Amino acid sequence: MLNLKAIERKGGYNFAFLDENTKREIRRKTLKAVAIPGYQVPFASPELPIARGWGTGGLQVTMSIIGPDDTLKVIDQGCDGGVNAVNIRKLLVKTTGVGTTFDTAAASIIQTRHRIPEEPMSGRQILVLQVPIPEPLRFVEASMAKTREMHSEMDYSRMWVFLYENIVKWGEITIGARYPSLVNKRYLIDPSPIPRWDVPKLHMAETLYLFGAGREKRIYAVPPHTSVEPLEFEDIRFRVEDFSGKACVRCGSDHTYMNEIYGGPGGGKLYVCSDSSRCDKLRAQRGEAKTHAGK
Amino acid sequence: MPASNAFVLRVTNLAKRYGQGCPSCYALTGPAFATNICPCCGSIVACHDIGFDLEEGEILGIVGESGSGKSTLVRCLYFDEEVTGGEAFLAAYGKGGVNLFAESSQRKRFIRNHLMGMVYQNPLLGIKPHFTAGGNVAEKLLTADVYNYADIRARAASLLTRTEIPRARMDDFPARFSGGMQQRVQIAKALANNPPLLFLDEITTGLDLSVQARVLDLVKEIQRELGIAMLVVSHDLGVIRMLADRTAVLKNGRMVEIGLTDQILEDPQHQYTQLLVHSML
Amino acid sequence: MSDQYDLLSVRGLTKNFTLHLQSRKFLRGCEDVSFSLKAGEFMGVVGPSGAGKSTIIKCIYRSYLPSAGEIIYRTGGQDIDLAKAPDREIIRLRRREISYVSQFLKVIPRVPAVDILAEQLTERGWPRNKAKDRAAEYLEMMNIDPALWDTSPSTFSGGEQQRVNLARALITKPRLLLLDEPTASLDAETKKVVIQALNQLRKQGTTMVGIFHDTDVMKRLVDRVFTMTSGRCKSIKRMQEVV
Repeated sequence: MLNLKAIERKGGYNFAFLDENTKREIRRKTLKAVAIPGYQVPFASPELPIARGWGTGGLQVTMSIIGPDDTLKVIDQGCDGGVNAVNIRKLLVKTTGVGTTFDTAAASIIQTRHRIPEEPMSGRQILVLQVPIPEPLRFVEASMAKTREMHSEMDYSRMWVFLYENIVKWGEITIGARYPSLVNKRYLIDPSPIPRWDVPKLHMAETLYLFGAGREKRIYAVPPHTSVEPLEFEDIRFRVEDFSGKACVRCGSDHTYMNEIYGGPGGGKLYVCSDSSRCDKLRAQRGEAKTHAGK
Repeated sequence: MPASNAFVLRVTNLAKRYGQGCPSCYALTGPAFATNICPCCGSIVACHDIGFDLEEGEILGIVGESGSGKSTLVRCLYFDEEVTGGEAFLAAYGKGGVNLFAESSQRKRFIRNHLMGMVYQNPLLGIKPHFTAGGNVAEKLLTADVYNYADIRARAASLLTRTEIPRARMDDFPARFSGGMQQRVQIAKALANNPPLLFLDEITTGLDLSVQARVLDLVKEIQRELGIAMLVVSHDLGVIRMLADRTAVLKNGRMVEIGLTDQILEDPQHQYTQLLVHSML
Repeated sequence: MSDQYDLLSVRGLTKNFTLHLQSRKFLRGCEDVSFSLKAGEFMGVVGPSGAGKSTIIKCIYRSYLPSAGEIIYRTGGQDIDLAKAPDREIIRLRRREISYVSQFLKVIPRVPAVDILAEQLTERGWPRNKAKDRAAEYLEMMNIDPALWDTSPSTFSGGEQQRVNLARALITKPRLLLLDEPTASLDAETKKVVIQALNQLRKQGTTMVGIFHDTDVMKRLVDRVFTMTSGRCKSIKRMQEVV
């Protein structure tokens, strides 16, 4: 069982590890990202005690916006107990001493990898997403100079052709995670490797979404009440993953994003909620105590 | 005079210079000096003082030797290159009263995607070998805001059929096509958005003679059926004679002569044009 | 015919050639040529080789740019100087009313004879089927073997090519027809056909200027004869006076 109370603040580091100037730079870049929804703002992305590619972009954004009164939640693939989440949480708590939680509703800042929580978030909360590849056009164009030009001229035709050829080849659009979406009818973003299930949650949301890519040194944002439209054809629409007829073996939910696992009788498939804290919450309400995250 | 101002494209004083430039660049280059390189500053005057009107359904040929500025001219008009000076107007854009060169790069992209088609000498400049043939046509349609998959599919199929690409190869990659087939995919793509204006830059150069002939027949047929105005750049007078109603002759970045194609061929006025016609096989 | 208006009137037409490649050598095509043609009239042009007969025809068609003089052509109640009219006006007139038959058939190889004729009509807005039917009628009229209709005239004999060439001009029923030795390489039988076709076209109102070597053919066609020597006009006489 993961004990959140066991982590304590360590002295010898500035609040939230980064020095104040670095945090200020990241905040400035974050403000710019909010001002131009979907636009990728370059930032310095200094070294951290975690290797790049392990969530350092999200981490730096969190470090620059977190204050002593915040309540932090960190999740990895929907689970509070994932290795990445545990390590990031430890680093943040040790260097800030802020309170942490598993409860989506109780958190003021949530840093996440690959999922957006199932429980609706409010305008008081901020979701920070860790991004491996911020450039949605990387699918179709290798040159960064070219993709920048394509963004500036809003030339997304090649992304469209990619989708067209996907349909030609497979009969449908096969992009699972990282579904290219148009923000504020202007900039195309990579919403990070969230499943298609989560993409509609970005659209006209109450919450501020901040995206940080540490290795690629980019920050971008989807502010509240901003349109986020997944690319779709007029006659072949975007659709989310289909879990019809399936329910979580733990909490019984049939309208959440679920992981498929093998372990049923005779090695059959089972489905379980990806969002562990919501799953636990439901079970707790029914008096079943054992948590998902601590398994 | 019934010859009205009904132009599709009007170009005036177009200039394109590569290099830093100096006040003598234009005065010391051109056919009179037999060079387009400025003796003072070494800049290259690829085009200077080029102007013409292109009418609806008309084919204007542009001839000249390598380095005469003919490809630069169409590239400037298709916004592949930034002009140094001059103006261009499209009847279909801003009622023909807006200088295209002064527009923002986003507007230029709109003009290019919605109102122009381009066929390059090298098909791989115009099409992407790793998009399918259909995908290449789709790209042009998508840039022109057609977002219905079934419509795109149908239009791509009919254009490729029109340009003699077998339906069975629609979802195949042009990287595996012959040069002539690639060129025909490029033509299909250029036509996808039904442009009022098409640029053809040396489209038969480098193709086998028999393939050349089929591509030219295709262009001629398309012009007859769709009445698209075309600017045909070629160093081959045979191509020009077959396609163009009127012809402009370029030499060292200047237009030395413009006239009816048969007049240019039978009664060339300028010394350089005479040399060109004289050199015809 | 004196009540007819002048369809074409050439005044002081001069054409020189400057050959830049041969140290600006100066050649005279024709000099100070004047004549006029009533609507519906047929004028023959005769003279020795190099006298400038083709030069005049080509100046009227504007394949040559006249050096001086006027070529006034009356169309739609207006006078147009073909020597100076903008290129587009010339293109328009060529499409609508002025045709030219050269000595040699210049066509794109590959295109079948029937399509060469039909193209003339489709360019003028005819539907394809109707154009092809009409093209077939003209090929038949010109005694072209139906087996050849679907092949390119580049494989035809000289006489057959010349007939296709003529048919191509006749099918459009031009207002003004310019002919450069239309019967030069034809056998007696075909000549008869051509003479018949031209006379029929004339009856329908076409005005014609034609260069002839064959006086026998000419006298069965033209009203007046324009004789040239060394680029100048020697005489203009009525056909009857020449004979």
